[in-house]
Amino acid sequence: MQPSDVRSLLRHGLITVVFCCAIALALTVSGQGAWDIQLVYSLSIGLVSWLVIDLGRMVLEPDTGWPHGWRGGVLIATGIVSGYALGSYIGNAYSGNAQQLPQQHGNVSTLIITIVAGVGISFFFYSRAKAEHLQRHMAQAQRDATEAQLKLLEAQLEPHMLFNTLANLRVLVASDTPRALDMLDHLIAYLRATLGGARATQHPLADEFARLRDYLELMAVRMGPRLAYQLDLPEGLRSASVPPLLLQPLVENAIRHGLEPQVGGGHITVRASTQPGAAGPLLVLEVLDTGAGLGATAPTPSPGSHFGLAQVRERLATLHGAAGTLDLIALKPIGTSARVVFPLKNLASATA
Amino acid sequence: MTLPAPRALIAEDEPLLAAALQQALAQAWPALQVLATVGDGLSAVRQALALRPEVLFFDIRMPGQSGLDAAAELADAWPADTPFPALVFVTAYDQYAVQAFEAQAVDYLLKPVQAARLQKTVQKLQLALTPQAPAAINLESTLAQLRNLLATPGVAAPAPAAAHTAPLTVIQASSGNQIHLVPVAEVLYFEAADKYVRVLTAGREYLIRTPLKELAAQLDASEFWQVHRGTLVRASAIASVARDEAGRLHLALRGRPETLAVSRLYAHLFKAM
Repeated sequence: MQPSDVRSLLRHGLITVVFCCAIALALTVSGQGAWDIQLVYSLSIGLVSWLVIDLGRMVLEPDTGWPHGWRGGVLIATGIVSGYALGSYIGNAYSGNAQQLPQQHGNVSTLIITIVAGVGISFFFYSRAKAEHLQRHMAQAQRDATEAQLKLLEAQLEPHMLFNTLANLRVLVASDTPRALDMLDHLIAYLRATLGGARATQHPLADEFARLRDYLELMAVRMGPRLAYQLDLPEGLRSASVPPLLLQPLVENAIRHGLEPQVGGGHITVRASTQPGAAGPLLVLEVLDTGAGLGATAPTPSPGSHFGLAQVRERLATLHGAAGTLDLIALKPIGTSARVVFPLKNLASATA
Repeated sequence: MTLPAPRALIAEDEPLLAAALQQALAQAWPALQVLATVGDGLSAVRQALALRPEVLFFDIRMPGQSGLDAAAELADAWPADTPFPALVFVTAYDQYAVQAFEAQAVDYLLKPVQAARLQKTVQKLQLALTPQAPAAINLESTLAQLRNLLATPGVAAPAPAAAHTAPLTVIQASSGNQIHLVPVAEVLYFEAADKYVRVLTAGREYLIRTPLKELAAQLDASEFWQVHRGTLVRASAIASVARDEAGRLHLALRGRPETLAVSRLYAHLFKAM
């Protein structure tokens, strides 16, 4: 049991004691019997119920604290019944003579009070735990989102890529000004997309391909003849709606883990197509490379590629649930295919 | 007395940057003759051995193998009759490497390479190449530097996931449709072989796919010593060390008949007490 569990257990116990004292006081004032006997009954029933319910929930649900659905109901009922039975027994033993109480009436009212108090206080604890849990959950989600955004930015503005690009640019400025300007324009477009990418939630596939071209052009200057690429976007899919820079990590992986380790480099193809699906047409986006492939990096791809793939999967899951998938396929004889599939939708503004 | 014109080899995978470095060197050091530029780590070693230049400019991130690995391989294969070249690493951004370099003799260059900085490197190299130079570049200092760099996380390999804190106790090796569990305590040495790592115990051999670098990070470094880029050996299994005519060290083992070659990089581990 963790210290926080012990603290919450004791806090609940204390609240139960206070509550039981209040019931005993109320019963004494309303003339149900001697104060000490009421107090013993009330405390015994209350504390037994508390121990059974509170320890029970920690055993059943060590993580979230409260069992859900019928298991929660059964737990509370068990707590109340055992509290009533054992608590009454202790109370009877204390008062020495159970016959002193009007048997029938006393038992029924004790049972009713036990049930009402038990359910009420359990509900109170449950709501408090739920609120706390939600609050923790929200704070965690917030932290995760911020961290993911930071990691994404870090991955895309990788210093190594940036400084190498600038080094190439520096050479071209002196030797080939038109090419330098061209490269600079691609760099500007790449930076604008990367730094502003988080703002728009969807953009047309034509824009997505333009951003990939910016990146691939930068890499083509750096890698020279080691990188050849091809972008296949059918006219009819230009306005298909996609989350911005969804394919970027896949193209980066194809270069970093596919082409860069190979002395001879390789070829990258990015293509879009459609396929029929159960609930309407599906958009299929593929990044194919002729690189070192899964075999070379598996079974332990570097943390960077993990993050890239996880990030694509997460975005697909958030937007399309189970309908959005990402598959990595090893190609024969060499290379890797990353295949993203999700429901085809056109941007309203672009189709109008 | 005039020295023969110094000669250099450039290893850089980005063609524009290779050409630019060559051009900048022509300005900063007209006497320097650039023999060749190569674009990957494997050719770097091959060409360096074939051409025997006095100066090497190695990019750190290259296809085939990294500049660090290329230098380590070169240190092992370098013939004893020629002084080891002065080594300059070139890198766009390797903050750990830069820290590691700063304490050492061999120079490094940051990309984009700037003329004024290159001039300083050239002066250092010229000083190092004069025969009277008190602290001429020697193999020992280069080796010490390489060891340092290869051990720096984030340079030679991506920093291992922080998860591996407990040392490995059992190796799981598959053969056919079986998985053998081999206690690390029984392993005498690990040897990298192509895409696999051989795991050798007194009686048997197993193959696993975990790269040696990753394995090394999960083993107790005082128990298993790296004696070669491709060999991790149990220190207590080493019976003796012998030096051959070429000055190379070989290990004889307790429990295995074969001997293991020790890389020059790790020869410093073996000194009589």
